[in-house]
Amino acid sequence: MSTVVLLTITGLGLGAMYFLIASGLSLIYGLMGVLNFAHGAFLTVGAYGAWYVESKLGGVAVLPRFLIAALAGLVIGGVFAALVELVLIRPLYKRHIEQVLVTVGLGLSASALVVAIWGNDARPVAAPTWLGNTTTVAGAHIPNDRWVEILTAVVVLIGLNTFLRRTRYGLIIRAGVENRAMVTALGIDVRQAFTLVFAIGGIAAAIAGVLSSVYFGTVDPARGTSLLIFAFIVVVIGGLGSLRGTAIAAVVVALVQQYANYYASSGLGDLSVVLLLGIVLLLRPGGLSRSFA
Amino acid sequence: MRRWVVPAVVFVVLMLVPKFAVDIPYVFQGSINTPGTLQLLALCLVFGGVAMTYDLLFGYTGLLSFGHALYFAAGVYITAIAITKWHWSFYVSLAFTALVGLIVPLVLGAVSLRVGGIAFAMVTLAFAQAGSILAFKNPHGWTGGEEGLGTDYTKLPAGFIGIFNTKNLYWLALAYLACVFVIVQWAVRSSPGHIWQAIRENELRVQVLGLRPYVYKLMCFVLASFLATAGGVVYLLLLGGATPDVTSANFTLTLLVMVVIGGSGTRWGALLGGVLYTWANQRLGDASSSQFVSSLPSVLRTPLEQPLFVLGVLFILVVFFVPGGLARIGQVHRPRTLQRLQEAMRR
Repeated sequence: MSTVVLLTITGLGLGAMYFLIASGLSLIYGLMGVLNFAHGAFLTVGAYGAWYVESKLGGVAVLPRFLIAALAGLVIGGVFAALVELVLIRPLYKRHIEQVLVTVGLGLSASALVVAIWGNDARPVAAPTWLGNTTTVAGAHIPNDRWVEILTAVVVLIGLNTFLRRTRYGLIIRAGVENRAMVTALGIDVRQAFTLVFAIGGIAAAIAGVLSSVYFGTVDPARGTSLLIFAFIVVVIGGLGSLRGTAIAAVVVALVQQYANYYASSGLGDLSVVLLLGIVLLLRPGGLSRSFA
Repeated sequence: MRRWVVPAVVFVVLMLVPKFAVDIPYVFQGSINTPGTLQLLALCLVFGGVAMTYDLLFGYTGLLSFGHALYFAAGVYITAIAITKWHWSFYVSLAFTALVGLIVPLVLGAVSLRVGGIAFAMVTLAFAQAGSILAFKNPHGWTGGEEGLGTDYTKLPAGFIGIFNTKNLYWLALAYLACVFVIVQWAVRSSPGHIWQAIRENELRVQVLGLRPYVYKLMCFVLASFLATAGGVVYLLLLGGATPDVTSANFTLTLLVMVVIGGSGTRWGALLGGVLYTWANQRLGDASSSQFVSSLPSVLRTPLEQPLFVLGVLFILVVFFVPGGLARIGQVHRPRTLQRLQEAMRR
């Protein structure tokens, strides 16, 4: 029993990270039709930004230092993503293939740059000791950082949903996902919404980056790419452009991965996720959910 | 016949390369018939060929696959495993690899081509990822995990072993490239080839004309994958071992970068892109340890030490400023002007 609980909570923690990456990808694709291969770079930039700020704050106590660093990571991730949209994506407006190609190039070169500056090896990250301790639930010793991950993802999900449903910008984004030409025809500059979804996606990816460095205990230049592939799978299973579908798919994918890795054999979890994607796409080529938010 | 003159001349020149001790400063380290340079040239030729197979999918048929690495890696790994782990003879291993190189893309292509566009890209990515996981997990100790595995050289033909025989490997790579070139040129001019290009332009219209795009796309997918598998075998012979980075998603992205830099859907573009990319990747790596680079201030030096960074930036610049790739330089604006003219006339 305790194993099941541990696997489930850890799976949810992993699912939380998948959701944080995939939500931005899904929004960007839904609104702009761009499959963003640079999203892993947003994650890496956020994680390294937080790690760098933390290493510079020598004299501060651990908890405020961690929080300041995390916040700095989010800001860096968001600003980086917004700049990418303004400088690289916007000039190629309406040329989707070129936009995807630019994000591919950016993803490759950004991670190479991180390797050039900080090296190929993973670097340890200092986190508050409480995060490294465990809480006992139903006999299972669960690392505390899992709770933070799950909680953060839930907060982001609720926040994004509220933003999309209750604000004017959210309305423009939702309308843009449904029919971008119509929104433009109504005289609304939909391009501001493009920058906005990129910034939101960048922040969410940076949160995932900070959380993943707590989850794994290190920052690693290759992690962005490896998480991005699973985030792609999550987005496609969930249905491109659907936030709720993305959330459900993130949980399903992470749980399947965890259970199969434990009960079958290590590595089989990753394969079963791929299999899951194949089955879902063949049965429902549009993903689990077509409706938005 | 006239369109074969230039390729034939290029082929003859390339064939004679190992016979001449020409020194091209900066471009190559040492004269062009030294084993090191021949090895690099051979690698360039192999990737020129593999990039052409990817262009068959992406440039000619409009299929954005993110899983082409799988079929290349199949050629590398299955031959290596058959020779080293199962102790099969060289030619039996080749025949088995060829069989796998036909059946696997037929099955996986049949599945993934049921969806189109981005979904197709994702399914192919997922299948390739499965292959990558397998290579890393080292089932039965076959793939060697992260370390990769070397080939049992006692099973290889004598002409392909040793530094002295690098020129034979070079000719093998050249033969591979020439075969791919001829097959691709022939294929895109055949009647299915015309349908591939029609699918790229307008799939619905092909369907309306009463043809089944699915069958033609599958045909293209199997041909491109099979040729990539063959490239994998040549690559294995050239490097003498298999490493798991040929299975990664980044490897497919590299092929995409090669094709786009060179110019997708053109006669020479993908070949040129593959050769230039491989050459630049290697030479930038060499240059990073040179005196000139290490004398630069660290702001400039650090990025220059990563070839992938330089190539990634170059790639972005090509997408922005040379749309259509290097092979279309000089004819970039013509179609657009035509288009504008047509639009103006319609008004």
